[in-house]
Amino acid sequence: MERLGAAFLIAGVVTFLLGFALQGALPMITYRKLPLKTVAEIAQEVPREFRQLAEDYPQEFQAAFGEVNSASFAQALARGRSIYIAEGCWHCHSQYVRPVSSEDLRFGPVSTAAEYSNELNLPPLFGTRRVGPDLIRQAGKHSNDWHIAHFYEPRDIAPYSVMPAYRWFFDDRGRPNRDGLAITAYVQWLGSWVEQIPETIYNADALTGAGR
Amino acid sequence: MTPATEPQRQLVNLALVRAHIVASAVAFAVVLLGGLIFALQFMQQYPFPGIPLLSPGRVRMVHTNMAAYGFIVNAFIAGMLWAIPRLTKRPILSDRLGWIIFWAWQAIVALTFLGILGGYAQAIEWGETPMFVDPLVLVGLVLLVGNLAHPIFKTRERGLYVTLWYFLAAFAWTGLVYFMGNYVPQFWVAGAPGAAIAGLFIHDLVGLFVTPVGWGLMYFFVPLLLKKPIWSHALSLIGFWGIAFFYPMQGVHHFLWSPIPMYAQYGAVVATIAIEVVVVTVIVNFFGTLYGRADAMRANLPIRWFYVGMLNYALTCLQCAIQVTLTVQKVIHFTDWVVGHAHLVMFGVFGFWIMGVMVELWPQVTGREWYSTRLLTAHFWLTTIGMTSMFVVLVAGGLVQGYLWGSLAHWGDSVVYSVPFWWVRTLTGLLIIIGAGLFFYNMWATARQPAPAYVPGAAAARA
Repeated sequence: MERLGAAFLIAGVVTFLLGFALQGALPMITYRKLPLKTVAEIAQEVPREFRQLAEDYPQEFQAAFGEVNSASFAQALARGRSIYIAEGCWHCHSQYVRPVSSEDLRFGPVSTAAEYSNELNLPPLFGTRRVGPDLIRQAGKHSNDWHIAHFYEPRDIAPYSVMPAYRWFFDDRGRPNRDGLAITAYVQWLGSWVEQIPETIYNADALTGAGR
Repeated sequence: MTPATEPQRQLVNLALVRAHIVASAVAFAVVLLGGLIFALQFMQQYPFPGIPLLSPGRVRMVHTNMAAYGFIVNAFIAGMLWAIPRLTKRPILSDRLGWIIFWAWQAIVALTFLGILGGYAQAIEWGETPMFVDPLVLVGLVLLVGNLAHPIFKTRERGLYVTLWYFLAAFAWTGLVYFMGNYVPQFWVAGAPGAAIAGLFIHDLVGLFVTPVGWGLMYFFVPLLLKKPIWSHALSLIGFWGIAFFYPMQGVHHFLWSPIPMYAQYGAVVATIAIEVVVVTVIVNFFGTLYGRADAMRANLPIRWFYVGMLNYALTCLQCAIQVTLTVQKVIHFTDWVVGHAHLVMFGVFGFWIMGVMVELWPQVTGREWYSTRLLTAHFWLTTIGMTSMFVVLVAGGLVQGYLWGSLAHWGDSVVYSVPFWWVRTLTGLLIIIGAGLFFYNMWATARQPAPAYVPGAAAARA
């Protein structure tokens, strides 16, 4: 037990590999049949929200992404995700709905593994803290306008909000720049693959009668 | 470099230890400032709104990464540079390599700091080090292990002391863990299994780097300062192998109730509760060692830091065994409860131990007695009161948030009702910052005192 090799090899390497096998490799094996979708595959279907961005901000959209098509949508998604990472959004917003704590009532359907098997979850953005709400069922819950106004000044939408204002997503005239369009497109994509639940129906105000 | 060509070579390179302690203190100052600035955002008092480079989200990542790679790594290198040559009676492989590692590591820390603020963070919790820094970290770790492991493998001492088991295991673990966490979910494994690996990384960085080096230092310093052997050799064996066996298999407990397969979640929960049982043996061993020397808690400041840290360790492990259950997770996951837990572990335990090591080593590496013992005592009490109250307020706030979410209250309620907790949290942080400020001043004032007629080895003989 007191030999050097024991501490280094058994305690060090073998236990690490055992832990990796149980907590890393086994989940990989369980989900080995889930296909890994590329960004291009995800972006095949261009959602309404992305088209609307092009209509509402034609100049900015044209300069940033050109025409509305799968290729430009894929570009916007990848860009939006990299902003989401660079700004550390995922430290205050999670991206999975748990089957407990009434989360399916608040956010929407419980998350499944297949939803995350794509390149935009490389690395996964599950998150570990919710200062703001979960975002994996965000698509279509609010309009583009809502998101853009909210990125510009969150407290104009929700006075209690502690989210930073992201003015560098906007140009001098207060219109969203490339980053502003991309992050909006990304957030509007999150959960676009499940049935949409409009804000007014799921909203807790309607359930409890408590308004603020 | 053979001893023959360098007959004057000291067993411990004091200048190198001192440099790592200073670097650790500088990083600690950045950690404290980052934490304070980020905390102000929660009361809508952010001092730098609209500046992308100082965006709160980025400052938050600077806070955690500087704590891990600047503050803790530098202090641990200092501790190992001090302890390993003394235990093996051999110097490290090369002093010059030691200095190369020192500057390389500070470059890594600086690049991480600038990269995160510049928007190049990586989306791996605790591995936000930009991707261009990751290869440098791995090279740095390999060099460090070569430099520090050399005396351990070359020693002629019979029987290896428990400290060196921990260090050796950490040498094997740290590089593996860093590679796994920063590369596997980034390039090869997406989605739920990728998250399992990211969870394993968060956990292993604490469990397989910080914990073994931290305990290794405790097994070295505590018997030395108390002038008595560790209470039970058998218990230290059980503790070591228990940690080595159970710690690496718990990563998924960071993502309970997630789409990761439930068997992996159950496994993580069981392994987590198992290790808390094992950890009790380590705590018992150390308090058995203290038995009969409890007066040292009053008279010896490093011992006080070490043992208060161990009490916090016992508390955080008890908390962990409770919070890891799926039932408690329903309420507390995603809340400030977890933030409180993280602070108690990283600062309340390992930060306290580092403070103790610094209090012990700074006079020895500067060759001067502490400038002010009263300032040291004030530092201890401000930090202890600040840390304890920060833990309490975060845990309490977390419960409020968790129950509000579960009750389907308006999301805004969970924010509005948290604000008083966040104010108190900021004030408790200020206590820690004031304490640290006194400590930094004390370090500076100590170092600039006129050099005494220094007798090598005299400081080490102090009680």
